[in-house]
Amino acid sequence: MHKELEKFEGLLPLKLLREIEELAPQSKIKKVAERVLEEYTAARVDPGEAVGLVGAESIGEPGTQMTLNTFHYAGVAEMNVTMGLPRIIEILDGRKNPATPMMEIYLKSPYDKGKDIKEIALQVKEVKVGELVSEYSMNISELKIELKLSAEKCREFGLTPSIVVRNAEKLVKEGTMKAEGDTIVLKLKKRDETSMNDLYKLKEKVKGVYVSGVKGIFQVLPVKRKEEFLIITSGTNLKKVLDLEFVDATRTVSNDIHEVAEVLGIEAARQAIIDEVFKVIETQGLNVDIRHIMLVADTMCTSGEIKGITRYGVVSEKASVLARASFETPIKHIINAALTGEVDKLNSVVENVMLNQPVPIGTGLPGLVMKGKVAKAK
Amino acid sequence: MPRKKESETTTPALEAPVELPALPAKEAAKPLPMPSTPLPVPDDEVKSAVEDKPRERASFEAFQTYVHKQVQSIVFGVLSPKMIKKMASAKIVTPELYDKEGYPVDGGLMDVRLGVIDPGLKCKTCGSKLKECIGHFGYIELARPVFHVKFIRIVHILLRTTCRECGRVLIPQEKIGRYMQVLNRVEQEEGIDARRLAVKAVIDSLKTVNKCPHCKAKQYKVQIEKPTSFVENEKRLSPIEVRTRMERIPDEDCLLFGINSQVARPEWMVLTVLSIPPVTIRPSITLESGERSEDDLTHKLGDIVRINQRLFENINAGAPEIIIEDLWDLLQYHVTTFFDNTIAQLPPARHRSGQPLKTITERIKSKEGRIRHNLAGKRTNFCARTVISPDPMLKINEVGVPKSIAMKLTVPETITDWNLAYLKKFVERGPQVYPGSNYVIRPDGKKKKITEETKEAAVEELQPGYVVERHLLDGDVAIFNRQPSLHRMSMMCHRVKVLPGRTLRMNPAVCAPYNADFDGDEMNLHIPQTEESRAEAEILMEIQHQLISPRYGLSVIGCIHDGISGNYLLTKHLELSREDAIDLLCSAGVHDFSRLPNKKTVTGREIFSMVLPEEFNYNGVTKGGQPVVIKEGKLLDGVMDTHSIGGEGDGVLLRSLHKKYGASATMQVLHMIFKLGIETLTRNGFSAGLADSDLPQLAREMVQDTLNKAEEEVSSIIQSFHEKSMEVFPSRTAQETLELKILEVLNKARNKCGQIVKEYANKRTHTIVMADSGARGNFLNLAQMAACVGQQAMRGKRIEKGYLGRTLSCFRPGDLTSEAHGFIRHGFKHGLSPKEFFFHAITGRDALMDTALRTPKSGYLYRRLANAMQDMRVEYDQTVRDANGRIIQFEYGEDGVDVAKSESGKIDVKRIIDEV
Repeated sequence: MHKELEKFEGLLPLKLLREIEELAPQSKIKKVAERVLEEYTAARVDPGEAVGLVGAESIGEPGTQMTLNTFHYAGVAEMNVTMGLPRIIEILDGRKNPATPMMEIYLKSPYDKGKDIKEIALQVKEVKVGELVSEYSMNISELKIELKLSAEKCREFGLTPSIVVRNAEKLVKEGTMKAEGDTIVLKLKKRDETSMNDLYKLKEKVKGVYVSGVKGIFQVLPVKRKEEFLIITSGTNLKKVLDLEFVDATRTVSNDIHEVAEVLGIEAARQAIIDEVFKVIETQGLNVDIRHIMLVADTMCTSGEIKGITRYGVVSEKASVLARASFETPIKHIINAALTGEVDKLNSVVENVMLNQPVPIGTGLPGLVMKGKVAKAK
Repeated sequence: MPRKKESETTTPALEAPVELPALPAKEAAKPLPMPSTPLPVPDDEVKSAVEDKPRERASFEAFQTYVHKQVQSIVFGVLSPKMIKKMASAKIVTPELYDKEGYPVDGGLMDVRLGVIDPGLKCKTCGSKLKECIGHFGYIELARPVFHVKFIRIVHILLRTTCRECGRVLIPQEKIGRYMQVLNRVEQEEGIDARRLAVKAVIDSLKTVNKCPHCKAKQYKVQIEKPTSFVENEKRLSPIEVRTRMERIPDEDCLLFGINSQVARPEWMVLTVLSIPPVTIRPSITLESGERSEDDLTHKLGDIVRINQRLFENINAGAPEIIIEDLWDLLQYHVTTFFDNTIAQLPPARHRSGQPLKTITERIKSKEGRIRHNLAGKRTNFCARTVISPDPMLKINEVGVPKSIAMKLTVPETITDWNLAYLKKFVERGPQVYPGSNYVIRPDGKKKKITEETKEAAVEELQPGYVVERHLLDGDVAIFNRQPSLHRMSMMCHRVKVLPGRTLRMNPAVCAPYNADFDGDEMNLHIPQTEESRAEAEILMEIQHQLISPRYGLSVIGCIHDGISGNYLLTKHLELSREDAIDLLCSAGVHDFSRLPNKKTVTGREIFSMVLPEEFNYNGVTKGGQPVVIKEGKLLDGVMDTHSIGGEGDGVLLRSLHKKYGASATMQVLHMIFKLGIETLTRNGFSAGLADSDLPQLAREMVQDTLNKAEEEVSSIIQSFHEKSMEVFPSRTAQETLELKILEVLNKARNKCGQIVKEYANKRTHTIVMADSGARGNFLNLAQMAACVGQQAMRGKRIEKGYLGRTLSCFRPGDLTSEAHGFIRHGFKHGLSPKEFFFHAITGRDALMDTALRTPKSGYLYRRLANAMQDMRVEYDQTVRDANGRIIQFEYGEDGVDVAKSESGKIDVKRIIDEV
């Protein structure tokens, strides 16, 4: 870093310092830095500022302008994604399963050039036996089912009947599988008079048995973005995908916040919340400063796990009985407070509004301490 | 029930529960801390009190009457029977309410010891009159104990997890400590309800359920029979039995359940005495016929007292057990519905008319309940509401107030030696002549209405220390608001300007932050009444301080509509004679013409430059990307449009002015720009007509040609689909691919139509001027009028709904053509065909539904967000913390920059470099 700039370290955020270094001509650097510092100091938040409320307003207000449209087509051949207000609600609720789980898998250097991209993509996709089969024939007299595999499909996924059998056999406890040419013969282990029924059930079960790929990835789509190829999937399995050898684990993302929290930790989840919310707001053509979204994400994540903005999540953690009661289910909160003998210290906003007292925020925050003589009555 | 505790009585309450200062009757009788203004007193009373001699130099005694009491904390707990009796001032024994004379019966539910609701009566407990007495609790002794519905679940848990003989929890002594920790953790993670369920789970896991580990007594399963009875061993447990068991539970074991036995002993959850709320919370209404109509709660309490009396009588008379049991159940029912009348298993208690009673739970709960409606939501005096209308002649920070309102709303002004003469004049004029006054407040707090008759006397009386409530004057501060108040710019401070007429008037430039229009919108006006609130309104809420949105750091307030198109025309090609230019500038509010070039004719840009500050430099672009250059207060290049002077995220020029010259100066410049635009238009005329959407013959042919080609292309795609020769997109079905392809072709066609319109439409029409400048509308709108409306899409797809296999009955099933799926090839001006009209109506209805459904959803999201985050604030150490003091962020937004003070969330280093 530039010598003049070193003095400003700690005074200015790193991002601004870098920007100055990059843009300012050498001769002016000190002057520029001084001016930036001046403006930065002037632009800092005032203590007591109700940043939470401003944040809530900034996200809540454009919410009325967002469309409810669930499905959104980006370009011609991309996938359906929940967008708009439903997606925001989904994220801020902290719901366990997003309506449209999705991943963007970035690839490491030799793979991202587009060569064999289709094959790579298909490696990621979860393959089930049912997908490969082109024909089922049930042999009633011998109590067996022949599954004819589609050669084309097998080639696509790089599988042969014997590999399918090897992978699937362990998961089918009630029957045996055997590869014969391009067909697989399925038989029951136990045979009795109810066998017919069982055989049918077995067939249905085998259909859904996992063969290869990454579990939980239902659909894959190779896309070219700028100069590189990446894979967009519907369905997520961050843990397994990050382990794949061709995947660039530093950039690959999932839109399932809870999964991100589990695999990469709460800090990553916080970033995921910010990114996802920001993405939605941006695609709606709205403008909301990132700081507001950060604050919401931080509120959801401070406890170390993801808490939704609901009566079970963030709101339930409030210390004040009255604040909780004023949100939802007031009776429940009052009864519980009575049993535990809770004391409301009246530290936050609503309780003080209820009692007609100044709120400890903004201009209501500072107290005045004055030392003075008592004026003598004349 | 919450018990309120005032700061003076912060005795260690938790250690000595019964001793807790139970708001004894006398203390409670003292008037509660009053809001800062004394209660209004009926006029006749004041008159009788006027005779008092005016005091000598009362100085600021009026302010010394303010009560400065602050509630420090509120302790919650369950009322014990002892406490109920202690805080009661009357025992209720009879269900009768009034005697023959209409006087409340002693020992009845309207007993005068419980407070008064009739004018003229005096409370027997505190001796004060109506509105002064806040009411006092009473009680009834219940003949037999009954359960409290709200505690039935916890009682059930206690019954199942404690010994029926010795009352100990069914966990061996040595393990209690360990499980305590487990349970504490459960509570921390999942809340108090989970903890109580966990106790049961713990005991089940111990497998000693059948035998008490402490006294070895055999245990039975206790089941709850909803709503309010327990069954053990197929035998019903009476509340008496349950109560004795609850009594046996030791305090230490209560802790295991998260029950603080200091404030909530388990046996208190079975009621032996019932607290009767004061009459003041259940006032009766006197109908016009002189008949009294009682409150729902009084009705319910009447039922309870009646049944209770009958139960007493029957017990004393030694009636058979069955009759007693029946009455007991009835009493239980009444007590239950007294607390909650919406219990699923119970039929709700009803009025004679069949409408359910509103009892305690319903009073507290939900949006219309006490908490959200009355406690968290406040109502105010000194406010007004009417229809709004625009007035561009007002300054941006002004609000036009009708004279009739200005004579009702008042501002209190304290008399000092210096303004005595000034304020006397207001009183002299009385309430009917405009700048007059309505009330005089004497230093002892007595408020006196000024009438035509009393005004002379009032003037005589005036002295320093008196407060005159004078009519609104120009320049007073007022807070202007429009619902829904979604962001802080929905409530801004304006300066009053008293005007004739009957509507509130505002400058159209502030429509954007309020999201207001003039199709009948109403808005509210509040007049701050104290110096503190006025100062706060002026410093924090005035328009000039709200120019920059805290949402994105750009200006929300800017020119709109005519303000933009006027300036666009002015800066684009207008040239005026010097006289005309001066006339124009004059009406825009510029009076110094020394900077105007001394030429015969002046260009629009030169005129516009006049409103800019000298030495102002700016480099920007127009909406279309052309450069805008301002050097030393002179617009050298470029035209003004929404990107430079608009509002709502545009208005970069305004943002730049704000940065350099501050809020007030920006507002002034903005006002001048706005007026300049409007005046330009008034001088030149500005109207749009049907002819604006006319296209030349050539263009019309081109449009038809484009659409025909597109339809041909669509049919060829459909054909290839039927022949299965169409290329299918990866991981898509043929059907989906077809839809996508058709949609693409049709959208391209419509866009091309737009291009044609843009190219061939007459550039000089005002419709185009509006679209170009960004004042209103866009080219798409024009294309839809002139050429082709385009594909009607629902959920991102073509219209598919309707009949089986077709959209409307006039098409063949399976028809995939563009016509059959909602492509509208005509423009609005040409008119839509019936089919097209139908499709257009479908999407129109869909959009309407969408809005109707979205509003409550986003409203709820907003409410949740606001509720979760309202306590967060920046501390003096720059950390963001919530009300518990937990750190949410170490530095707000990672760099501590306030968005409202930044430029689009950033510190613009580039600009600084240019400036240095």
